[in-house]
Amino acid sequence: MRTLRIGSGAGYSGDRIEPALELAEHGALDYLVFECLAERTIALAQQQRQRDPEAGYDPLLTERMTTVLRACAERKIRVITNMGAANPVAAARQTARIARELGLTGLRIAAVTGDDVTDRLHSVDLPLIEREGRVADIAERMISANAYLGAGPIIDALRGGADVVITGRVGDPAMFTAPLVHEFGWAMDDWTRLGRGTLVGHLLECAGQITGGYFADPGYKDVPDLARLGFPLAEVTEDGHAVITKVAGSGGQVSIATCKEQILYEVHDPARYIQPDVVADFTGATLQQIGPDRVAISGGAGTPRTPTLKVSVGYHDSFIGEGQMSYAGPGALARARLALDIVEQRLKLTNVATTELRFELIGADSVRRGPTLPVNAEPEEVRIRVVGRTATMREAVRIGNEVETLYTNGPAGGGGALKSAREILAVASTLIPREWITPHIAYEVA
Amino acid sequence: MKLRELAHARTGDKGDVSNISVITYQPGDYAWLLQHVTADRVQAHFAAFVRGPVRRYELPGLGALNFVLEGALGGGVTRSLALDQHGKSLSSSLLDMEIPDRA
Repeated sequence: MRTLRIGSGAGYSGDRIEPALELAEHGALDYLVFECLAERTIALAQQQRQRDPEAGYDPLLTERMTTVLRACAERKIRVITNMGAANPVAAARQTARIARELGLTGLRIAAVTGDDVTDRLHSVDLPLIEREGRVADIAERMISANAYLGAGPIIDALRGGADVVITGRVGDPAMFTAPLVHEFGWAMDDWTRLGRGTLVGHLLECAGQITGGYFADPGYKDVPDLARLGFPLAEVTEDGHAVITKVAGSGGQVSIATCKEQILYEVHDPARYIQPDVVADFTGATLQQIGPDRVAISGGAGTPRTPTLKVSVGYHDSFIGEGQMSYAGPGALARARLALDIVEQRLKLTNVATTELRFELIGADSVRRGPTLPVNAEPEEVRIRVVGRTATMREAVRIGNEVETLYTNGPAGGGGALKSAREILAVASTLIPREWITPHIAYEVA
Repeated sequence: MKLRELAHARTGDKGDVSNISVITYQPGDYAWLLQHVTADRVQAHFAAFVRGPVRRYELPGLGALNFVLEGALGGGVTRSLALDQHGKSLSSSLLDMEIPDRA
């Protein structure tokens, strides 16, 4: 039976560079996918584009493309990525420039656009999802609004002969289902196959998170050679079943346990994993270890797509100011608590205006919160953290400053003060009718 | 015993919602977890900051439970004041939960 080999070259925008080259050179791939677009990234990219019309794509695009393009072109491996962020057209132009510099003339690069719905969202009011509130609450502070596109425009670009497809916001698994639909001729209402393809894409989209990355727990879950972690590839059959594996000799491991952790990663109802093209059902998935670093996946399913598309809205939210300071040796905990108390009083005395404020001890209660330290605990060192939300940068700066003044005004032995103040571009999500979206494809030829 | 002895876990995030998978090492321990690792217990474990509700999805085929915690991420990953904004370390924290010794 014919199989398609799809590799995952990045699991987030800052991911390691060279595992993708290893996949391209030794993975016998048909496709190499780079998922690089976190929720907030596109808002930051949109701001860059507003300052420079040729900016607004992934900052590592040039390095990634320079690293893999030759190996991919020589082997006819087609590349799909969302590194276009807020400016896929400029990303395609830059990729064409890199291809020409590498002597890869004739390489055909597609830019997928149409995900930007910022203008549309200014004129409507919709409820937010995954948190409280409405779009109208944040409309005046909106920077960007991008709908999650499905596989459709990527498939069109592949039909149009693209060697490289660069998108902005798309559903991450769609970058993996697109080549499956294109190569195997799946129907876009074949919900079972689209559900299976989505499961494969979901397993691959975080790259090293299925090959033993983000998994090791010494003594419980040991993973070999994480410094040379290999990124995953899937061998997918026409019916959508797959084997997850990696390049022989690379670090990490592919096991039933690594696959199970990734199946449920960022999933809510596992029977309804909602994507632009299908609602995937992972509950019937079965996994079988069929060889070293080889796990067979079958049993995924799907039901019809929803009438809506998810939109990520980037907006100016607030400012956050923060300060940290360390205490060590006997009495460290008592001095750290005294320090927190002093800062709390100082913020009140000096009228620092905050809407939210946290006082915590890193190493003791910053994750789970509440009383987690045993009574009479005497940690060798402890680090205080004071962090607050403000309406202006000016107020945010004052929080870290008050922590820093502990140097000469606070308890004995405080050291290593760090302070920061930053503007928060936050992301909220909503749903729009899918009819609002008209994807567009433009081509650049190297 | 600690939940860690029977299961491993991974956290994911979407907006202000955290999900924590709890996956048995041995399929035979699934029923024990089903009985003792309830949505209420998970909510109580994180009572200091999770507003809730907490829902539990059961995956007997995978020997796994998936907990979905609403109001868990300080108003949303991109605006949270938390040091671990994504709540990624919550999975390991959950494995510290005490459960009755496996008979």
